[in-house]
Amino acid sequence: MNLVTNNKWIGQRTIRPDGMDKVTGRAQFAADTTMPGMIWGKVLRSPHPHARIRSIDTSKAEKLPGVKAVVTSKDIVDFPIDKGAVMLGIQDMRWMCRNVMARDKALFPGHPIAAVAATTEAIAAEACKLIEVDYEVLPWSIEIDDAILPDAPILHEFNKFDGKPSNIAGRLEHKKGDIADGFKKADVIIERTFTTRPVHQGYIEPHACLISVAPDGKTTIWSSSQGQFMVRAMTAYLTGIPQSDIRAIPAEIGGGFGGKTIVYLEPLATLLAKKSGRPVKMVMTREEVMRATGPTSGSKSTVKIGATRDGKIVAAHGTFYLQAGAFPGSPIRGAAGCSFTPYDIPNLLSEGYDVCSNRSKVAAYRAPGAPIGAYAVECVMDEVAEALKMDPLDFRLKNAAKEGTKAAHGPVFPRIGYIETVEAAKNSDHYKAPLGKLQGRGVASGFWFNAGGESSAQVNITEDGNVVVTTGHPDIGGSRAGIANICAELLGIDYRRVSVIIGDTQTIGFSNLTGGSRVLFASSIVVTQSTEKIIQTLRERAAKIWEIDPEAVKWENGAAHPVSPNAGQFEPLTLEELAEKAPAMGGPIGAGVQLNTTGADGGFGTHVCDVEVDVDLGIARVIRYTAVQDVGRAIHPGYVEGQLQGGVAQGIGWALNEEYIYTKEGKVDNPGFLDYRMPVCSDLPMLDCIMVEVPNPKHPQGVKGVGEVPLVPVMAAVANAIYNALGKRFYALPMSPPKVLEVLEAPTQQAAE
Amino acid sequence: MMELRYLAPDTLDEAVGAFAKAGSAARILAGGTDLLVQMRSGMLKPGVIVDIKKIPEMTGIEQAADGGFRIGAAVSGMALAEHKSFGKVWPGVLEAINLIGSKQVQGRASAGGNLCNGSPAGDSVPAMVAAGAIVTVQGPGGRREMRVEDVPAGPGRTNFKPGEILVSFTLPPRPPGSSDAYLRMIPRTEMDIAVVGIGVSVTIKDGTVTAARVGLGAVAPTVLLVEDAAKALIGSKLDDAALAKAAAACSAACRPIDDKRGTIAYRTKVAGVLLKRTAAIAAQRAQGK
Ligand SMILES: Cc1cc2nc3c(=O)[nH]c(=O)nc-3n(C[C@H](O)[C@H](O)[C@H](O)COP(=O)(O)OP(=O)(O)OC[C@H]3O[C@@H](n4cnc5c(N)ncnc54)[C@H](O)[C@@H]3O)c2cc1C
Repeated sequence: MNLVTNNKWIGQRTIRPDGMDKVTGRAQFAADTTMPGMIWGKVLRSPHPHARIRSIDTSKAEKLPGVKAVVTSKDIVDFPIDKGAVMLGIQDMRWMCRNVMARDKALFPGHPIAAVAATTEAIAAEACKLIEVDYEVLPWSIEIDDAILPDAPILHEFNKFDGKPSNIAGRLEHKKGDIADGFKKADVIIERTFTTRPVHQGYIEPHACLISVAPDGKTTIWSSSQGQFMVRAMTAYLTGIPQSDIRAIPAEIGGGFGGKTIVYLEPLATLLAKKSGRPVKMVMTREEVMRATGPTSGSKSTVKIGATRDGKIVAAHGTFYLQAGAFPGSPIRGAAGCSFTPYDIPNLLSEGYDVCSNRSKVAAYRAPGAPIGAYAVECVMDEVAEALKMDPLDFRLKNAAKEGTKAAHGPVFPRIGYIETVEAAKNSDHYKAPLGKLQGRGVASGFWFNAGGESSAQVNITEDGNVVVTTGHPDIGGSRAGIANICAELLGIDYRRVSVIIGDTQTIGFSNLTGGSRVLFASSIVVTQSTEKIIQTLRERAAKIWEIDPEAVKWENGAAHPVSPNAGQFEPLTLEELAEKAPAMGGPIGAGVQLNTTGADGGFGTHVCDVEVDVDLGIARVIRYTAVQDVGRAIHPGYVEGQLQGGVAQGIGWALNEEYIYTKEGKVDNPGFLDYRMPVCSDLPMLDCIMVEVPNPKHPQGVKGVGEVPLVPVMAAVANAIYNALGKRFYALPMSPPKVLEVLEAPTQQAAE
Repeated sequence: MMELRYLAPDTLDEAVGAFAKAGSAARILAGGTDLLVQMRSGMLKPGVIVDIKKIPEMTGIEQAADGGFRIGAAVSGMALAEHKSFGKVWPGVLEAINLIGSKQVQGRASAGGNLCNGSPAGDSVPAMVAAGAIVTVQGPGGRREMRVEDVPAGPGRTNFKPGEILVSFTLPPRPPGSSDAYLRMIPRTEMDIAVVGIGVSVTIKDGTVTAARVGLGAVAPTVLLVEDAAKALIGSKLDDAALAKAAAACSAACRPIDDKRGTIAYRTKVAGVLLKRTAAIAAQRAQGK
């Protein structure tokens, strides 16, 4: 399947630049930083799911010996609701200022109420207990069904839906054709309702930061995030310190998956540092991470698909309700926009509803919203194929989107690789392998938009003739390795001579955060252009030395050569030689490029999953899995496979065991990795990958984003496999042992249809 | 902030003395894989910690002339796994202890800590109950012996008297044709906590069960000895009817709660399923298959 190319480094599994440090424990994560005079910050959090804050008295805490500063919402810059949205990326600062510190109301258990900095963590924790908060406890709701009831307790009284105060904070629709007409033409119509539970991104590294504010206001932030520029901008907004005074230094990141695209601690630590005059460190506990940082939404979706007898989908309707948590902003765009996109459907209505309820504000999670929507759509696709007695992959092929298809969310597709993924799945050994007793096989497809956006790069040739590349995106998925491959390829040198580092906000130009599967796509464009500028300089330098025209010099295998013997007889000038001569020949060699990149094509994947069910215990285990994806061009195949496998592992967890469980009091009952069950290594088989490469014509190396698509199809693939094994359909996640056993033990219902 | 004193005496008498003197503020430290976790989470704030790992009797494994074993309370899972004969005689007890946590946890975690922690879901406890282990405890009032199943008093509590320390487990000699097994239900494959755990020990002569004990965990406030299940097995050839009866006895013995780890219905059903599977493994081992 790989393109035939004679690249030396692109497409190679080169040694990852961060590997040694991570394996030996030298890598510096956010919590590894210390400073002289450093003190510790702790957050007092609401015990209530919903409460009006009548007053906060911090005087006793302030008097505790060792306490150096206390902050409350009074210290955070307010973005008044009625002044309208102030957007930073997808975040509205009106919600962010209320999420980092509760203002008039506490909206979920874990909502920050105040923060304390003290000489030790223990004193800070003790001081939190001395803060007196007068709460007026209010009724609350967590589940979607409860939050949309007419008499549900309203989180935000100003929010109106259909003219009345409501927890529905927004609606979005994508429409094509006329579904009423379309369904009339259908021979088979299947409509089902599905629910999913909120799940956490599950990054191993808790949120952490160390922040120093000098007396002149110059602020330094060491923290772990998916975007140091996002950290700088949000902190500037919420503290009033200008961006030029904030240097945000990105730490090595221990996982984010979307969950580190917003801030929690940085504004608080900055204010504590400013008040106390001491560097302040804050590290969340796992429990705080689980209670107060964004998981993704729980959901309730209804999907209806109609097809003709010959297998053509004529109409589809999807309604997706997603929990936003305490503030508006659930990923309905991903759910409504991506779920039907693999298919060419003439009549389509896809609606999303954003529902607030008393749980922590959701944050992005790998293809936000898309896996939730795809779960419902791909399960119904399986039922329709069954009703039509068609192979589920043939059914998908028959309806596949391709070049020229108009997607309901807007674009007319260029050359895309969806069909190739279905064909590769169909032709795989896996799809043809026999199944044993109580085993089943399921398939599902998925789409994610992918993104481009702002990127900056600086490429410098060192005095000894090697290369340092600086980009501005935290590397979560292997971008440093990919960039090294590309830069080495262009310069014709060994990849080990290229060092790639992530700059801080004051040393590299603005670069949007690591998200949307955008980083290698966008940063390789600016790195390529910077490197091309350098090659041009190198040719000019050689031309000057040889006293010939720069056009008569070519760059090949890491050296300048005359284009032909006619241009002159010269020994090649290597990068090292040109670097050595640089001072006399015009000075240092380097180039930077900053762009708002465009041309990111969407990504498609098709997955095949086998399960085996222990019917006495209700345990479904995935025993074989193949993820097929159009990856554009795999610059570093090992890393691309890592992305595919990581997405699948997370999806299997979501499908089988992961869920937020709530107590009767509305608090998370499983805020740790013991009872919030992410899969461990031994739960999973080797996750096989088939990389289909349909290069992106709008990218110099053909790159498409790969990081998010692989989570999209998983839950449906697992659910369809379980159906295939048991002959019973599940309409709710997770399909955990007690739930599987319950369905298996339920008396078989006479089909009412 | 409260002060924490750490003591690591070399003798049992010193340990008992120090532990009794410090009263309710003191905690015994074996592997620490429960204790330290509880301290870090803020659940426990002991004033004195008495580490028992320097006391030879607490960390030794001895096989008596009659074949019985005496295992020090603080012996780690890994040390027991490395013992040359223990796992051959008590494969079920060993597999239960070795299920605790991960390789790293195994280097520290002890059966003594597992029992004294008082969790109804402790993995080694049902296997020890099935094995008919007797524990030796020592306190200010001297030494005494107790049956393992009499140690837990409820979640997080034991029937030890103030100042008493668990010293060792004694496992009886095994007649020919004996073996044991332990199985637990967890949603994952490791690093999890038993939703149901069951230990079965059997002696089989000419295909007929002559002795049996069944220990059942995670389905009641304490680990249970299920005598009715054992009775159903004894005298049988482990035929379907006997297994069904034993399984029903296990389900009937359950007094579980509905919680985040499992429902009442689920635990009750699974107790029976696991009895059958565990008994089958124990029987296979006993018959040298
Ligand atoms: C990651 C992880 C995974 C785990 N997985 C499992 C699992 O799968 N199954 C399972 O059952 N448990 C599990 N545990 C819990 C724990 O490892 C076990 O309960 C272990 O057996 C405790 O032994 P310890 O020696 O570490 O006990 P410690 O933590 O040292 O002690 C536990 C308690 O018993 C008391 N104590 C210890 N020894 C004595 C004594 N001799 N006399 C009186 N009191 C004493 C202590 O004061 C303390 O209260 C896990 C723990 C962790 C951290």
